[in-house]
Amino acid sequence: MGKIRQRLYVILGLVVVSIIALVPRNTKERVFDKQTGQPKDTVVRRVPINLGLDLRGGIYLALEVDQTKGPVPDCADAIQRAERVVRTRMDEFGTKEPVVQIQGRCRLIVELAGEQDPARARSVIQRTAFLEFRITDMKSLFKDALPQIDAALKKAGIKSRSNAAPSAVAQLFGGDTTKAGRDSAADANSPGVLSSLLFQGQLPGEYLVPEEQWPLVDSLINRADVQSTIPRGLELRWGAQAESRGAKAYRALYAVDARSIITGEYLVKAVARRDPVTNQSIVAFQLNHRGARKFSDETARHINDYMAIILDGRVQGQPPVIRSQIGANGQIELGTKPLQEASDLALVLRAGALPAPLAIVDERTISGTLGADSIHDGVLAGIVGVVLVVVIMIGYYRVSGALAVAALTLYCLFTLAGLALFGFTLTLPGLAGFVLSIGIAVDANVLIFERIREELVHGKSLRLAVDDGFLHAMNAIVDSNVSTILTALILYAVGTGPVQGFAITLIIGIIASMISAIFVVKTLFLIWLNRRPDMVTLSI
Amino acid sequence: MIRLFANAQYDFIKWRRFAFSLTGAIMLVGLGFLVTRGVNYSIEFTGGTQVQVEAGHKVPIANIRAALDNIGLTHADIKNFGSDTSFMVTARIGAESAEGEAGTQAVASAVARAFDQSVGVGQYRIDRREAVGPKVGRELQGKALIAILFSFVVTLIYLAVRFEWRFGLAAVVATAHDVVATVAFISVMHLEVSLVVVGAVLTVVGYSLNDTIIIFDRVRENLRKYRRQNLYEILNLSINETLPRSVLTHGTTIATTLALLLLAGEVIRPFAWVMSFGIFTGTFSSIYIAAPVLLWIEKRWPGEDARGARTFGSRAPATPPVSGSPVTPPAPQPPPRAPQPAR
Repeated sequence: MGKIRQRLYVILGLVVVSIIALVPRNTKERVFDKQTGQPKDTVVRRVPINLGLDLRGGIYLALEVDQTKGPVPDCADAIQRAERVVRTRMDEFGTKEPVVQIQGRCRLIVELAGEQDPARARSVIQRTAFLEFRITDMKSLFKDALPQIDAALKKAGIKSRSNAAPSAVAQLFGGDTTKAGRDSAADANSPGVLSSLLFQGQLPGEYLVPEEQWPLVDSLINRADVQSTIPRGLELRWGAQAESRGAKAYRALYAVDARSIITGEYLVKAVARRDPVTNQSIVAFQLNHRGARKFSDETARHINDYMAIILDGRVQGQPPVIRSQIGANGQIELGTKPLQEASDLALVLRAGALPAPLAIVDERTISGTLGADSIHDGVLAGIVGVVLVVVIMIGYYRVSGALAVAALTLYCLFTLAGLALFGFTLTLPGLAGFVLSIGIAVDANVLIFERIREELVHGKSLRLAVDDGFLHAMNAIVDSNVSTILTALILYAVGTGPVQGFAITLIIGIIASMISAIFVVKTLFLIWLNRRPDMVTLSI
Repeated sequence: MIRLFANAQYDFIKWRRFAFSLTGAIMLVGLGFLVTRGVNYSIEFTGGTQVQVEAGHKVPIANIRAALDNIGLTHADIKNFGSDTSFMVTARIGAESAEGEAGTQAVASAVARAFDQSVGVGQYRIDRREAVGPKVGRELQGKALIAILFSFVVTLIYLAVRFEWRFGLAAVVATAHDVVATVAFISVMHLEVSLVVVGAVLTVVGYSLNDTIIIFDRVRENLRKYRRQNLYEILNLSINETLPRSVLTHGTTIATTLALLLLAGEVIRPFAWVMSFGIFTGTFSSIYIAAPVLLWIEKRWPGEDARGARTFGSRAPATPPVSGSPVTPPAPQPPPRAPQPAR
């Protein structure tokens, strides 16, 4: 009896973990709002299984460096630069978690779930990268203009979220005693909409916005009435990545000069290295002759100012300070930061200096409607398949068949939970694989039941027949399942997106079926035999 | 209890020559279609453009054809996809049109213009659009071939480790038969060979192998159990013993593939066709190919360890090799003996 209890605990544990893995939860998705043309956040409550592009709809692009206008000697470096550029631009799409990854050596994969306009995707991705250096707002002109911006927003009838406001204002201008700070703090009854969302950063012209608020702030600063209130000669630029300060993630917003001091076309090269003397991470860059003249004029005028490095309109890293006049050769010191960060920055500079032209070698667009239809059809086929399997199993094996069907329910639960837990993606072929595997999953039970029948025919007692049936069927079950897993692994290694989804579903399905068909059914049998010690004929 | 094929004593192996001729004939027919019509590769493999359009109402296919010709896409192929209102336009990168990487996307836009003309601007919805460059296609062809070959090698190694090389070789021959038969089926049906279909072929490989292993596992066991009988009888006995299982498992699997074939939609249909056929050929090959080939291999290279002597040490002397044509057709039911306690 104790043995049965242990087994039941294990099964219960698996079921609980699976159910927790599958409970629908709120996930935030950034969708592109057709009306305003801006990305916005929506909260969707859904089962946490990743759906592939073929089920959700979306765009898949494979890109390579365009070699038609002349050979590119180092395509791996070129594709790394391109990856950096494309990643920087992905915010424009407003897609939740866009996938940008390098496949093999020289190919870039971009997946935009939910996106429907391939022409827009192409134009954004294939646009030439643009690198520029700009001085940040050293005189805090933007901060001084904040009250006017707030007033403009108030006039437009936009209210801040009441709860966040007062403390944010206090934090924002903390010990700062500028006029703007006092003004907005004094007007505590109706704090400024925008200023309540901005926190002063570490350097002039840098502001931090909580990561979850940045789409909202972005929509505010892009309003025409706000744009007209921003001081002349200044522009606002977002940081490329979220950065964490303490427990929270922030996005940096920079007020920078509208004029750039130099652009990427003058850059010759940029490399990251570690300074052997000071052990600092540095990025050394070199400008061509014309660039050097321009840069030395500009840097002479801006000593001790901060210089934002902007790639495609996004500020990369924290702006470094200009220490001295710089000619053809300059270096950006990153202090004790890891060399990786220096390499990233060098990559940004190179991306802007030598934009890699990208050619689309594979493009797939699937509409959300088609994806929804596929899910509907696949689920229907699954239900019909399950019903047929249930009828066959119960019709043939009676009570034992019913036990197998109970295990089949757990099998479905385990497989879906496995997909959710490990974050694998369910694709259309994957869905088909799942339906197919329902038919195959009962194979282990069929093998076991046939064995038990044979043992019974040989005149063994009920209990012995059940025990031996499970034992003797094991060899065949393990061998056949391992061989199927091996072929599925090969399929995974060779296939692309949808086919990999199929292979993954098959592998998880086989593992889940071994657990449910062997362990769960054995437990159910043990309980059954224990309840009815006087049973002489097995309903099998 | 319902028992199908309980204590069946069919002489399966006797029909091996007939089975070989049958499957050989099917393969020849398939090969004939393959040579005359060629493989209907999807654009994933050839490179090209495919656009699936939902018009929402019935449009004569000739109108769209005319619009495509008008716009210069004479080599594009158009057909209904699943329903009257849904269309699939396929333009492969052919010899006659020297399209580069960018060309495939130009074709996709041209197809949209053709629908603008024939169906009306805004009157249709593009459900799916694929534009594959020639390079990606070539790469995939190579990868698919490698996948199938590699799966053979891995299977052979696994079976050689778990069973014995003779079993492994017989199983691989049976699996190779399934691949050839499935390719023949694909070419007769003129199914479009996409990566998903290649995936289906590999799944058939796994499924068929699974089935062969179930029978071979029984053969391995029976070889140890009944040392007096020759391999011919043991093979028949093992197939008969596993027959109820085969019927049940293939029944449930066919039930699910038929559900996929009929209900899961147009995109999955080629996959479901291949799987449905694969179940038949997998079952067939386990019985009529794998077992006779094992018999033949054993005759050609008789070995002590074929009888499981390796796993059982040298407890019993190896029985003499199997005679050429046994006179006793059905395998006599062996005396019920308690299984050997050795485990």
